[in-house]
Amino acid sequence: MVMFKGEFIDELKKKIEKWERECVQEEIKRHPERQEEFRTLSGIPVKRVYTPLDVQHLDYFRDLGLPGEYPFTRGIHTTMYRGRFWTMRQFAGYGTAEQTNQRFKYLLKEGETGLSMAFDFPTIIGLDSDHPMAVNEIGICGVAVDTLADMEIIFDGIPLDKVTTSMTINAPTPVLLSMYIAVGEKQGVPMHKLGGTVQNDALKEFIAQKSYVFPPEPAVKLVADVIEFCVKNVPKWNPISISGYHIREAGATAVQELAFTIADGIAYVEAMLERGIDVDEFAPRLSFFFASHNDFFEEIAKFRAARRMWARIMKERFGAKKPRSMWLRFHTQTSGVALTAQQPENNIIRVTIQALAAVLGGTQSLHTNSMDEAWALPSEKAVRIALRTQQIIAHESGVANVVDPLAGSYYVEWLTDKMEEEAMKYIDRIDSMGGMIEAVKKGFPQREIAESAYRFQKEVEEKKRIIVGVNEYVDEKEKLEIPLLRVDPEVVRVQLARLKKVKETRDNERVKRLLSELRKAAERNENVMPYVLNAVKAYATLGEIMGVLKEVYGEYQELIIF
Amino acid sequence: MSSTERKIKVLIAKPGLNGHDRGAKVVARALRDAGMEVIYTGLRQTPEQIVETAIQEDVDVVGLSILSGAHMTLLPRVVQLLREKGMDDVLVIAGGIIPTDDIPKLKEAGIAEVFGPGTPLKTIIEFIKKNVRRKG
Repeated sequence: MVMFKGEFIDELKKKIEKWERECVQEEIKRHPERQEEFRTLSGIPVKRVYTPLDVQHLDYFRDLGLPGEYPFTRGIHTTMYRGRFWTMRQFAGYGTAEQTNQRFKYLLKEGETGLSMAFDFPTIIGLDSDHPMAVNEIGICGVAVDTLADMEIIFDGIPLDKVTTSMTINAPTPVLLSMYIAVGEKQGVPMHKLGGTVQNDALKEFIAQKSYVFPPEPAVKLVADVIEFCVKNVPKWNPISISGYHIREAGATAVQELAFTIADGIAYVEAMLERGIDVDEFAPRLSFFFASHNDFFEEIAKFRAARRMWARIMKERFGAKKPRSMWLRFHTQTSGVALTAQQPENNIIRVTIQALAAVLGGTQSLHTNSMDEAWALPSEKAVRIALRTQQIIAHESGVANVVDPLAGSYYVEWLTDKMEEEAMKYIDRIDSMGGMIEAVKKGFPQREIAESAYRFQKEVEEKKRIIVGVNEYVDEKEKLEIPLLRVDPEVVRVQLARLKKVKETRDNERVKRLLSELRKAAERNENVMPYVLNAVKAYATLGEIMGVLKEVYGEYQELIIF
Repeated sequence: MSSTERKIKVLIAKPGLNGHDRGAKVVARALRDAGMEVIYTGLRQTPEQIVETAIQEDVDVVGLSILSGAHMTLLPRVVQLLREKGMDDVLVIAGGIIPTDDIPKLKEAGIAEVFGPGTPLKTIIEFIKKNVRRKG
């Protein structure tokens, strides 16, 4: 049922025409507008004002519904933040396992409600710390994990049945998840009680984040292995976080972020269906991850559109029956690329705007970036301010008291619809290429993103976009006055020593046998998870396990596109 | 001199393991649009691989993009290897997430300039044009 129609629309049309003709034209003659054309951060042209005319085609029940009802535009939960705030989850991890353990305990003490682990680059791409390419990067932008021994230290004194943990790990997900399960077992927490998330989104690695290891097909096979294993054995775990964040950060527009993320989601659903698993069995466990950038309304519209699109796709395209299968549950991180190195304190304000958009967009959890992250890993003080930003929004701003308070705004509803429409065009194109795996192999999303990134930079250079402190309001005499966190080089020695010791003291014959069993399982195209879990428990290293899988599946060679 | 006709040849490289290639690609594209010949190595390059490519392609400029924090070891190594191979006339510049305190040390090690976040593309293009020593 449409909300506005008939005589009212006719009258409004006339009024608007008159207003444009008489008022607007007069006003512009006297005071020209700041720009000839106004666009969102992503380049969508926006009008001067929005009215019921722009949303007259919307059907309240079909397109919006009530909170907790299909198509979930207004939120997946009935009471949203009136019941419980979003999870405040700050991404952390650096240096040694011991340092990360301390940082986690600090964050829990400060009121954080979920952990989020950052790994160093060698871990992210599945190399042990003693690999020649690893030594320069041990513990630098995350914690190094080589074996179960490291994970035991990281979670020492942190009961895994009391916290949930998000691990930003992709290609090596089977290994890191197995380590977490093994730590749980040692603490007496069985895997069915573990809660948390692994990123496990291989496709966006080719598109944007670029920490790929395996070629697209086996990469998606391993993603599906983890989802299948978790659905059956670790039911409270989110076995994938389908991520738009990195896509956006690599330069995509909001529409591209939305479209490519949903298209990735479609590819994973298809991979699971090919295994003969019922959609309602796994779909409720799929979760998402988006960026929140500076254009406040555009971001809110994106989140609302994402929920509606996913609900429709799951119901109409994949025949899901359970409402939970249609839920787009998502984590949000404020935009890293929006942080400026210049006048870094200004980033606190940017983060506040972005965080507010995420909350008004109905996020399930949120990471707020720290002001100093255009320079280095955040200092403790900067992290505290970032967390306090969320707490102020939650407790002081009042925005969490009403569900989806911007619904009904002509502009927000129009923009929500526009986002969906534009994103669906991309999805149709990707479908016509044969799906996201094929699109990635052709370099389609990669090329689109590189274009957008370049266009954006040009706009900044031409001052079509003003970035405060960067191309306007520049402080020539600026001196950096924020304390930066440095990673102690001692980390390298500690990490290498621990790895060496583990290799010397474990049962090497057993490791060899378990790795060979893993290889055979991979060759038979079985689900590798149970075999990886066994190898991890015997203290096989990350690099050894990934090495076996690389031998079976091969390694990806990047397309050079710029 | 006929050499003035030759385009400035630039190698944009990503040393180390980080995959953040937005900046590298934008800069590569801008240099190309500014009339230079640009080669991009792709990701996960060791200093040895970068220098190997620089020699093979006989470039005038090597632009290193790094956001992983490993710049203090990887960047000076590239310069050192270039010198060892007799390519000390190559202009080596860097960009990425590099704390200001580290910049003087990198310059001492032979990095001609470090371009941090927010640097206009124009600044990079002009710097290269002004400082490159073209080969005959």
